[in-house]
Amino acid sequence: MKDTAGIATPVIEAKGMGLTFETNDGPVHALKDVNLTVGKGEFVSFIGPSGCGKTTFLRAIAALEHPTEGTLTVNGMTPDAARQARAYGYVFQAAGLYPWRTIAGNIRLPLEIMGFSRDEQEERVERVLALVDLDGFGRKFPWQLSGGMQQRASIARALAFDADILLMDEPFGALDEIVRDRLNEEVLKLWARTEKTIGFVTHSIPEAVYLSTRIVVMSPRPGRITDVIESPLPKDRPLDIRDSPEFIAIAHRVREGLRAGHGDEV
Amino acid sequence: MRSLAPILTVLAAIVALWYAGTVRLNAQWTYDQAARAGVEVTFRELLADTMAQERPVLPAPHQVAQGLWDGVFGQKPSSKRSLVYHGQVTLSATLVGFVIGTLAGILLAVGIVHNRAMDLSVMPWAIASQTIPILAIAPMVIVVLASIGVTGLLPKAVISAYLSFFPVVVGMVKGLRSPDAMQLDLLRTYSASPAATFWKLRLPASMPYLFASLKVSVAASLVGAIVGELPAGASAGLGARLLSGSYYGQTIQIWAALFAAAILAAGLVTVIGVIERGTLRRMGMDR
Repeated sequence: MKDTAGIATPVIEAKGMGLTFETNDGPVHALKDVNLTVGKGEFVSFIGPSGCGKTTFLRAIAALEHPTEGTLTVNGMTPDAARQARAYGYVFQAAGLYPWRTIAGNIRLPLEIMGFSRDEQEERVERVLALVDLDGFGRKFPWQLSGGMQQRASIARALAFDADILLMDEPFGALDEIVRDRLNEEVLKLWARTEKTIGFVTHSIPEAVYLSTRIVVMSPRPGRITDVIESPLPKDRPLDIRDSPEFIAIAHRVREGLRAGHGDEV
Repeated sequence: MRSLAPILTVLAAIVALWYAGTVRLNAQWTYDQAARAGVEVTFRELLADTMAQERPVLPAPHQVAQGLWDGVFGQKPSSKRSLVYHGQVTLSATLVGFVIGTLAGILLAVGIVHNRAMDLSVMPWAIASQTIPILAIAPMVIVVLASIGVTGLLPKAVISAYLSFFPVVVGMVKGLRSPDAMQLDLLRTYSASPAATFWKLRLPASMPYLFASLKVSVAASLVGAIVGELPAGASAGLGARLLSGSYYGQTIQIWAALFAAAILAAGLVTVIGVIERGTLRRMGMDR
């Protein structure tokens, strides 16, 4: 399907993109004929059942996987070049903090690898810790923090080197509902403050609807996009917006999309 | 010290069994002596004699303790009869061998993890090397090295290293490979070089594995150094002490040297344990 309406600067652009894994059991079509354009400052969620290729698509944007058909560009470059240019920060399902580094040490990791000066490292660590509301926790070791705080630290790590794009792969999937709600609110605030372009993989319908300006509904076998929903919700979203009729209407449409793409298995 | 009572109980049981064994195994000699002298021995005399023979089949614990005490504190440390003298000879070969073995083990592990050809080829050889009895290899190492003019501490250290590199290879390969796919992907998103991946992720992640290996390998180093002293008929070292004891039927000397070696090994493992605790605590991984 075509989807290019109303986008000023394309940040991520996929055209007829496909990705096939060669396995011992024959080829697996993880993604097929994906067309999507993400503009600057958008918050795009990818939702679908497991095997629909949502994570694979995010990994392809990050040049962790490589498309086998069609094209994919990030900031007008190949994903590999974009990565060299530090185009994105990536947040994984688990926080993945190094247990032998303090929180500040973990956030410093990309800065050390990218060769920032010592002073700049310190300054940036302080700044992103404040951004995710973890001021004063820099000297703690990961095991001294709760799961939610660890995931916030991993978001801080992804923000530390000022990439314009933030890619998040089910970052709150392992957290309980209450912590998740809180972090969802914080992510929205962060997005408003930093004006980053965010790609967010989730399998929670309320999370996708609450966060996104656009929701990309995907379905498996082969992984493909079945629906792209523009959210009419305002940019400022209190948690109780989730009880509003608009919210419920979008959630309903997402659910319909998932069901349609998945036959009778949902 | 909540674990002291069980340890003491086990120790007491071992000592009791040992004494029983002493009486049983040394009784024959006592009976033979008595028969030759044409006298009868009472049970009391039997007990006393079996625990005080000069060359018993199995020395009593207190005899071994006496021999050990004598060897350590009863002689000048520079004396040829001193276990301190022999201990330090063996210890220096052990430490040199341990350092060589550890470095070799780490280098091999780094090669195995980073180079596919080494990954496929080195491990079978390393395993094969450990299946050859060290007693068979040791004389040849000493002869070969002596023929090119290398004698003294180094040949022993080489044998010691031969035994100690293996646990380090196994542990370090496992340790360097312990980071999961997600942690490696994270570094890829930073376009990190293989060197950065090694220093910032693989090496720190391998530390707990390294220390577990070092504890095994330091004990193996000591065994290697002692074995290295046996075939050359060395005049100094705990191995030499074992050998001369067996030549002259000095069983107490053998047991005292054995215990000296065991205490030395325990001490070495303890030292590694202390370094491990300190290092891991500094790394925030000591829980």
